[in-house]
Amino acid sequence: MATEAHGSESSLVFHPMDQFKVTPLFGDGAVHWYTITNVTLWMALSIVGVILLLVVGSRGRAMVPSKGQSVAELTYGFVYKMIEDVTGKDAVKYFPYVMTLFIFIVFSNMLGLLPLSFTTTSHIAVTGVLALLVFLFVTILGFAKNGTKFLALFWVSSAPMAVRPLLAVIELISYFVRPVSHSIRLAGNMMAGHAVIKVFAGFAAIAAISPVSVLAITAMYGLEILVAFIQAYVFTILTCVYLKDALHPVH
Amino acid sequence: MATETHGAEAAHGAAEAGMPQLDFSTFPNQIFWLLVTLVVIYFVLSKIALPRISTVLAERSGTIMNDIAAAEELKLKAKEAEEAYNKALAEAKAQAQQIATETRAAIQADLDAATAKADAEITAKAAESEKAIAEIREGAVESVKEVAKDTAKEIVAALGSSADARTVTAAVTARMKG
Amino acid sequence: MEGNIAELGKYIGVGLTAIGMGGAAMGVGNVAGNYLSGALRNPSAAASQTATLFIGMAFAEALGIFSFLVALLLMFAV
Repeated sequence: MATEAHGSESSLVFHPMDQFKVTPLFGDGAVHWYTITNVTLWMALSIVGVILLLVVGSRGRAMVPSKGQSVAELTYGFVYKMIEDVTGKDAVKYFPYVMTLFIFIVFSNMLGLLPLSFTTTSHIAVTGVLALLVFLFVTILGFAKNGTKFLALFWVSSAPMAVRPLLAVIELISYFVRPVSHSIRLAGNMMAGHAVIKVFAGFAAIAAISPVSVLAITAMYGLEILVAFIQAYVFTILTCVYLKDALHPVH
Repeated sequence: MATETHGAEAAHGAAEAGMPQLDFSTFPNQIFWLLVTLVVIYFVLSKIALPRISTVLAERSGTIMNDIAAAEELKLKAKEAEEAYNKALAEAKAQAQQIATETRAAIQADLDAATAKADAEITAKAAESEKAIAEIREGAVESVKEVAKDTAKEIVAALGSSADARTVTAAVTARMKG
Repeated sequence: MEGNIAELGKYIGVGLTAIGMGGAAMGVGNVAGNYLSGALRNPSAAASQTATLFIGMAFAEALGIFSFLVALLLMFAV
């Protein structure tokens, strides 16, 4: 990997963060907001994946499902059951939003695990927007549905009167930290896993260590597949939890 | 990895080589394409994929319900048929029993008649035989009397005394009776 | 070996923040272990609590990720 910048110091050079660089696909130059970059490519691929899984997979509409249709129905049932269990039956009308989030994150995470790929969800810009969308959606929905009663979320009525203002401050802070932790969790997990794999790959340059390095990469890769799915699941389930707060703000 | 664009890297300088996530110049680009992606996925899901899958699932559960109901009905029918069959079987059994009883009674009657007839015949024959035996016995007694009379007369004569025939007869008769 | 004292402090700081991830590891292990012991005591209630398990793990892990982020920021951005 690009050793021309730092490579003069030693033979072992790690550039674990190079894989996250946003670069234009065609030609060099500055990255404007409309430039077609590797971000565009991998997001488009995730759209293709979604269409392949959920549209092409279910095109048979068979009574006895084929393999692809089974997977599509399983995904549908998984998210549907999640929102029904966590948020409640009245939240089922927000199912398409939640499903969009889940399917996008799961596909981005999984596509990011392909060698030479770019992980869109490892960028704080992407996950931050996702988390902010959830945050704004939940806050606006909470006020629209419950009016000022939504503020009861911060007023812990089960606590003694004396500590309630203090708790309100804490609850308020924790409410506004939600999008931060929500986004950094996903981006951090993705970034950490890929960086660790890249560091192990850097060790492979030493012939004696390379078998261990390959083994370690294999093990980390297995873990990363698990993490890729679990983080999508966690992001979605936290969205469901926040949505529940908006719909039933009883604390 | 696939970063062959050293020009951009050189333009950013050494500081930005560290963490691409904090390179704010790429944020508008990422956010723009993310929003485009989300909108596309949302429309694909809400217009095509989700309604289709939910109809398939609803249809399937409906079909399963119908099938279960049909199976229930068929089961009921099978039960009815079994009951009818059992009833028919019981009837046939009763009929057979009756026929058997009747036949047995008829046979018994025939047998009784035959037995009675045979008994009567046997009785008649036995009476006849008894009569014959009685006659024969009478005959024999008579013969014995004659023989005894003659024998007694002869014995008496042999003993040297004459005996009145009537006395001998009386004595023999008395002996025979004793 | 020549070096910058600020560079030294930076790397020491990165190493110290990495300890924070150990705390998150303990936290996540605690969540999973307690879930498992509870699930073994009452297996029928286990399935309904997997969502709670993952939420708890996510909260515990988020703080580890924060320390990882601080490490990364120190390493590459400062």
